[in-house]
Amino acid sequence: MKTNDNKQQLIIQVQNLTKQFGAFTAVDHISFDVKRGEIFGFLGANGAGKTTAMRMLCGLSYPTSGSGSVAGFDVVKEGEKIKRHIGYMSQRFSLYDDLTVQENMELFGGIYGVKSSELRHRATSMLTRLDFLSEKDTLVGSLPLGWKQKLAFVVATIHRPEIVFLDEPTGGVDPITRRQFWEMIYEASSEGTTIFVTTHYMDEAEYCNRISMMVDGKIKALDTPGNLKKKYAAASMDEVFRTLARGAQRGD
Amino acid sequence: MSTTTLAIEVNGVSKSYGSIKALDKVSLCVERGELFGLIGPDGAGKTTLFKILVTLLNADEGTAHVDGLDVVKDYKQIRARVGYMPGKFSLYPDLTIEENMEFFATLFGVTVEQNYDMVAPIYKQIEPFKNRRAGRLSGGMKQKLALSCALIHRPSVLFLDEPTTGVDAVSRSEFWDMLYSLKQQGLSIMVSTPYMDEASRCDRIALCNSGKVLDIDSPEHMVEKFGSPLYAIKSSNMFGLLKDLRSFDYVANCYTAGEYHHLLAGNGFDARQLVSDLENRGHTNVELKGIVPDIEDVFIKLLSNED
Repeated sequence: MKTNDNKQQLIIQVQNLTKQFGAFTAVDHISFDVKRGEIFGFLGANGAGKTTAMRMLCGLSYPTSGSGSVAGFDVVKEGEKIKRHIGYMSQRFSLYDDLTVQENMELFGGIYGVKSSELRHRATSMLTRLDFLSEKDTLVGSLPLGWKQKLAFVVATIHRPEIVFLDEPTGGVDPITRRQFWEMIYEASSEGTTIFVTTHYMDEAEYCNRISMMVDGKIKALDTPGNLKKKYAAASMDEVFRTLARGAQRGD
Repeated sequence: MSTTTLAIEVNGVSKSYGSIKALDKVSLCVERGELFGLIGPDGAGKTTLFKILVTLLNADEGTAHVDGLDVVKDYKQIRARVGYMPGKFSLYPDLTIEENMEFFATLFGVTVEQNYDMVAPIYKQIEPFKNRRAGRLSGGMKQKLALSCALIHRPSVLFLDEPTTGVDAVSRSEFWDMLYSLKQQGLSIMVSTPYMDEASRCDRIALCNSGKVLDIDSPEHMVEKFGSPLYAIKSSNMFGLLKDLRSFDYVANCYTAGEYHHLLAGNGFDARQLVSDLENRGHTNVELKGIVPDIEDVFIKLLSNED
């Protein structure tokens, strides 16, 4: 059963995924796979169609045409099930400022149906790992931005999703916190969680196992950072990005 | 008219919001014609400093001068001379490109025709769409309109608060090219950014964090005075590598940096020893090389020294 094995290995597989808004084709027949446990970087210029594509992968929007699955569920028919089985962290900070650290974890865990006894256990162990247990009764609004971001990641994975989508998770964060954040990503990945991440920091693209680059609604390149640099004779991902995005017709 | 050669002068400025110290005794100066960068993450105090300098906010203590004028006493004159592009898009979405331009020109008692040469290199790029409402423009076009509106009264000092945040790498680079051409026209520019890789586009930079200035210098100089040997290292298991490196006494600091980790050598560091120690712990394909630090490395070192 080779095909079945293959399916087990792939947490995302989409073929010719397309989204049209009237006459405008925001996402234009994209096809790609993401393997389980992979750190997958989803890059592109402003307006390339990243957000629209990501919304379809997260079950927030249905494709106009095309097919595929995320975490074993159909992107065309099972948006609700996809939502329940993934983690999502948006670029805009999304926890409740006037709830405590613990309360935020219980709220989001509860929404995803984690039992309260299990939830308390997970919250304690996750906070202990971050050396943050002493702050569990602190209001989130009074935490420094860097901590909020780390906490948002913990909350986005509290229901132990197989895949977590991170939309520009490190914007505006200081370089040390940015690195601590990436260590959390590495750690989650080493434990088998698949990471799907967008970023404007080109050095962060280099942390990814593989990267796709969207230009004008299409995937223009997809490979490991090393191979992309070789292919475009570039010293950094920044150069690769420039080469690929320079031909773009669309702005955001 | 003042005779000072400084475009901006800040002396011991502090500002608190309740218990939060947004600015803590900040001092810096910007020469005329200089492109000066405030580099730091959210919460560094960048926006607060801008607001004080463009006279929208008073400092709790300290003094500040723009174009030789006091930000408290001479606020009216300063307002006529500075161009300010806030971090949040703040033009009128219901007015067209052209109407926004005319509105801001009128506020300052000039006409678009009169100062067209000043804005032309930027404005020409969006002029074909001049009848489009500002609210319906793309991010890149909004940015160009905001910059044109900030320039239309021919300011002597330009303040740009995070003009490139959330903008992709190619557009960011184009924006810096525009700033460079404005600098060529003699404008003094203070610009803030959370992207450390943009530091190299500035004449001088202030690295700031949590209301404090960590250092002020040219980007080249900051790198030169880094002072510790820095290495890039990778292996087949990057996360395990990080943990192992941190367990060695002769590694002073180690952090992720993309394809490689960066490593600051400590006492007793020996490259060959390191590679063999790692191989003994099961690492394969270990690659180690000496590198020149970038501004992020400098920032991390300064922040680590703070703690």
